[in-house]
Amino acid sequence: MKTFKLLLTTFALGCLVGSSPALRAADDEVVVGKTTWSLNAKPTLLSLSGFSGEVEQALRFDLEVMGCKIVPATEAQYQVTGSNNGRVEGRLIDAISKAQLLGKAYAGGTQRQQAHALADDIVALLPNHGKGIARTRIAFKMDTGRNSEIGVSDYDGFGAQTATSDSTLNVAPAWAPGRNAIYYTSYKLGSPDIFLQDLSTGNRQAVAQFAGSNLSPSPSPDRQKLAMILSKDGWTDVYAMNTDGSGVVRLTKSREDESSPCWSPDSKYVCFAAKVSERRGLYRISATGGDMQRISTAGVSSPTEPDWSPDGKWIAFTAQRGGGFDICVVPSQGGSVTVLVEGEDPSWAPNSRNLVYARRSGAGRVLSLLDVPTKQFKDVRRISGSASQPSWAK
Amino acid sequence: MKLNRLATLLTLGLALTTLVATGCKKGPGYKTDIPGRTGGGTASSRPLTGPGLGQPLNSPDLAGGTTVTPIDPEYGIPPSAKHGHEGWAEDATALAAESVHFAFDSATVRNDDRAKLENVASYLKTHATNAVRVEGNCDKRGTEEYNRSLGERRALAAREELVKLGIAPDRLDTISYGEDRPADPADNDGAYAKNRRADFILLSPPGR
Repeated sequence: MKTFKLLLTTFALGCLVGSSPALRAADDEVVVGKTTWSLNAKPTLLSLSGFSGEVEQALRFDLEVMGCKIVPATEAQYQVTGSNNGRVEGRLIDAISKAQLLGKAYAGGTQRQQAHALADDIVALLPNHGKGIARTRIAFKMDTGRNSEIGVSDYDGFGAQTATSDSTLNVAPAWAPGRNAIYYTSYKLGSPDIFLQDLSTGNRQAVAQFAGSNLSPSPSPDRQKLAMILSKDGWTDVYAMNTDGSGVVRLTKSREDESSPCWSPDSKYVCFAAKVSERRGLYRISATGGDMQRISTAGVSSPTEPDWSPDGKWIAFTAQRGGGFDICVVPSQGGSVTVLVEGEDPSWAPNSRNLVYARRSGAGRVLSLLDVPTKQFKDVRRISGSASQPSWAK
Repeated sequence: MKLNRLATLLTLGLALTTLVATGCKKGPGYKTDIPGRTGGGTASSRPLTGPGLGQPLNSPDLAGGTTVTPIDPEYGIPPSAKHGHEGWAEDATALAAESVHFAFDSATVRNDDRAKLENVASYLKTHATNAVRVEGNCDKRGTEEYNRSLGERRALAAREELVKLGIAPDRLDTISYGEDRPADPADNDGAYAKNRRADFILLSPPGR
């Protein structure tokens, strides 16, 4: 009997231990240091009071993009109160314990910037939200009738400025990591070349002007290299080179199609869309060359435009669905795909939680911001005409 | 006299074949004086030199000879050098009827379009100073950078067919416009089919 009880206890303990969340990661749970977010998460419920005008509007927008929902105080998990008479002041209170988690006044800059700073400070204190992105920027392509230019703005579309004014096709901007500069493709000199433009000075230089087309620039996170699609050797393939133009390496050699290279956060791998033996998929290859490895995205068609999250865990991409496109994520080693929202061309925010992307609207496209865990999305402030191909500064 | 002329032609043919067979290299090209072809109303009697110093020559279609450009089945033919035809006049209508079209998501030139490509090749053979820019385009049912890459493949594929028909690669520039320059902006299958195309823009040297 004693032995049986012992066996039963051991069995029960075994079950308990085996099902404990500490020891078995759920399929869709991603551990990022101390921050954990799950797919299909509910938004954090916040109430907002005391603010007005532009500050209220910016705070609301920021918090909603970053995975919160603004509700009456009685339903909130956290209360945000404050004022913006002259300067922005804000408090974050835990609705259950009534503890004040944040009490701060902001000085300097515009009220809008102060509101963004408050939003970031709030989000930093919410569990599982990661770092705030309210003070970041995006670059994008703006259609100007027959041509297109590169625009830059706050992540929410405010403060938009044109970076180019060439009356040509300027496309596919990619933010240079850690710098106030962007790469993009320009047709200005008669055929597509890749340029690097310093946004502080406006100066730009051609970095890839090979024969044929120089497309889809993607700088490595360690700032050492640039991946791109070149046709200089007779067909479109993925190439990498040092940012000073030396060391051009052809990474793929095939008559199949490759497009949209992006980098792993450790700058070791280039991930891109390709077709191998009639099969479309996402692949990765070492930046110094080697075999292509498939990143499984079973269940969706024609994955393209991959972007690897800064924390290394996810690859966001565009999948084709009948007459439209969807933003999807897949674990970076491949596997189960989650379809998030209708749209295309995703670019990760520095927090590896938000994505900026384009969605078709009428005859053109608009930019939109997605919170991956809650699937909430909000359109970026409308830039005139059609905007697409966004790149989030990191 | 006849034998001499034949010998000259054969030697020149051999020289040109060697020149073209070595592929399109960047940098100074091999330059040789070729007397203009006499006889025939359409053949040009000017010396066949390129637009600038060191540019590879347009090769005439020599009777009995074929220009041989090695086409690596895996890599295709390297595109023409940049700015080779800068400043040349552009005519989008001259060869507009010869635009070739592609199946969805394909860069394979269709057999149905053989006749059109032969027309373009024929035009270039009888207008020896002209060049052509092959422009690859897509319908909007793909993502933007994918389409830009696909348009490039369409342009390169059409160009390759022209090279196989005997046109020197450096007379053929390529460019991709992705989905940016539709022939028909409408949202229907007919419009999409029109947009999946390679257009041939006739280029004429300045001063002509």
